Amino acid sequence: MATEIITIEKSALLDEVQTLKNKGYRLVTMSSVNFDERFDLLYHFDKELRMKNLRVSLPKGESMPSISGIYLAGFLIENEIKDGFGIDFTGLAIDFGGNLMLEDDVQKYPFCSVGVKKSAKVKKEDA
Amino acid sequence: MSTVIPFGPQHPVLPEPLHLKLTVKDEIVTEALPTIGYVHRGLEWLAQKKDFHQMVQVVERVCGICSCIHAATYCQGIEEMMDIEVPRRAEFLRVIWSEMHRIHSHMLWLGLMADSFGLESLFMQCWKVREQVMDVMEATAGNRVIISVNQVGGVRRDLSDAQLSWIKDVLNNLEKEFLALKSTFGDDYTVRKRTVGVGMLKKSSAYDLGAAGPVLRGSGIAQDMRMTGYGAYKHLDFEPVVEDGCDSWSRTMVRFREVLQSIDLVRQAISRLPEGELTARVKGKPEGEVIVRTEQPRGEVMYYIKASGNKFLDRCRIRTPTFANVPPLLEMLPGADLANVPVIALSIDPCISCTER
Amino acid sequence: MFKMTPNIVKNAVSKYATRLYPVEVREPFERVRGNLDIDIEKCIFCKKCSIKCPSGCITVDKDARKWEVDPYACVYCGICVDVCPTDCLFMHPEYRKPAPVKEPKTAVQPEK
Repeated sequence: MATEIITIEKSALLDEVQTLKNKGYRLVTMSSVNFDERFDLLYHFDKELRMKNLRVSLPKGESMPSISGIYLAGFLIENEIKDGFGIDFTGLAIDFGGNLMLEDDVQKYPFCSVGVKKSAKVKKEDA
Repeated sequence: MSTVIPFGPQHPVLPEPLHLKLTVKDEIVTEALPTIGYVHRGLEWLAQKKDFHQMVQVVERVCGICSCIHAATYCQGIEEMMDIEVPRRAEFLRVIWSEMHRIHSHMLWLGLMADSFGLESLFMQCWKVREQVMDVMEATAGNRVIISVNQVGGVRRDLSDAQLSWIKDVLNNLEKEFLALKSTFGDDYTVRKRTVGVGMLKKSSAYDLGAAGPVLRGSGIAQDMRMTGYGAYKHLDFEPVVEDGCDSWSRTMVRFREVLQSIDLVRQAISRLPEGELTARVKGKPEGEVIVRTEQPRGEVMYYIKASGNKFLDRCRIRTPTFANVPPLLEMLPGADLANVPVIALSIDPCISCTER
Repeated sequence: MFKMTPNIVKNAVSKYATRLYPVEVREPFERVRGNLDIDIEKCIFCKKCSIKCPSGCITVDKDARKWEVDPYACVYCGICVDVCPTDCLFMHPEYRKPAPVKEPKTAVQPEK
């Protein structure tokens, strides 16, 4: 099976996902890769045993629109990515607030050596 | 007025800790919220510390019950990335060990399901039949549960002719003893009362929420990763097992019939086993990215592996089937009786150590 | 209702389905990966077993001519046995016995 991944812009993501849902694709999962100055988010879809993959590049510090409005099953994966990498998703259906797998006193996101520190979350709790 | 009841991390029916917060009104569940994270070990991060040969042992230990298939999928991904051709005998041997793993996993689950509605002797009977499969694994591969026979490029051990005829005898005995349990699981009054109509999952919801494995096939959708023909499956005759009931009884019968199908697949693989080498030479370092999908006992597993030319991988992302089956569980629970919650939670075959890695 | 009665009577009068361990012990199968051990005379201290081990449980000291394994960290995968150039490592067919204190297993090569 050759792996083909199509790169799209962040603004075109929701339209693309809605088109795939109308065509009958189901969501397999999302992956994320950590580079020095950006994250790469991949979305994997499947229909009748053939896969279609999308890639979005996200500079560190920006937030991402959530697809749990279109595919409800995505909320669990997006919460896990938020725990591991610190990417913020706007419009999550059920938001665990970074507590799905990590405790409150974990200082650093596990997958990023150069990344967003948890300072934003600590500030929200102080206020 | 509604009460909140925790279906705790510790429960006699669950093999691994999973927490569900159930909002209950007069013994009917109205809402459910999951919490996971009790066995998180951070195995994906170990890809940065162990080189890609040692990662086979790490990946095997993601789950104890489906460990051989995790290792086989990972090796398949690295071999596809590095353009290594695996000898045909090694592919057939991998299929034999993977199908034996599927048999033992489904028998373990059938025992737990019988225990969940109180039939303890049926639980012991299933596990007694399963012991024969564990003896086969110990004698041929070296260990009972985590068998470590896969390596990048092929397999590490061979099966002699004497061992192959012994496996065939064990399978004949196993089939006879297993079919004796068929009338209990299929027709018994107690089993049917506890599972028929319990945990309904409509066909459209199963597809939209991304269910995988017997949860999807128990709702009438015929999708099985072995149909794509990876490894030696393209040389074997295979049809997916589908039931139309959409409830827990259908899922039980899907898994029951899959055991019989796996026994048949092992017999086919043994009769068509070609001669040849066991492993191919591995030179160089992996580079590029690859996506591999195979079929585990619980559903489809997806690996995304990315490497860039050194001996440590950049990223090894694993999406296990139970992770995809948790949203359908949240769809099945509202409207169910509180006493049926253990049966429903067990009917998706939860393997929480896979979910959290 | 009486479908299970022949089964019950048969189970009540036949012998045990389980083995009465430790009175009766099963013979181990051959080539089972049990306890790890070394034939220290043949070792050349090349450290290959220590480098390839996935769990990092083997320590090799060339100056003191000492080879050490932690049997409580070992995962019994057998990779060290496969890569050793002089075939001096082997695995017993029995598993390690329980002990009150966790101690590593050491072997020292005597001076020739």
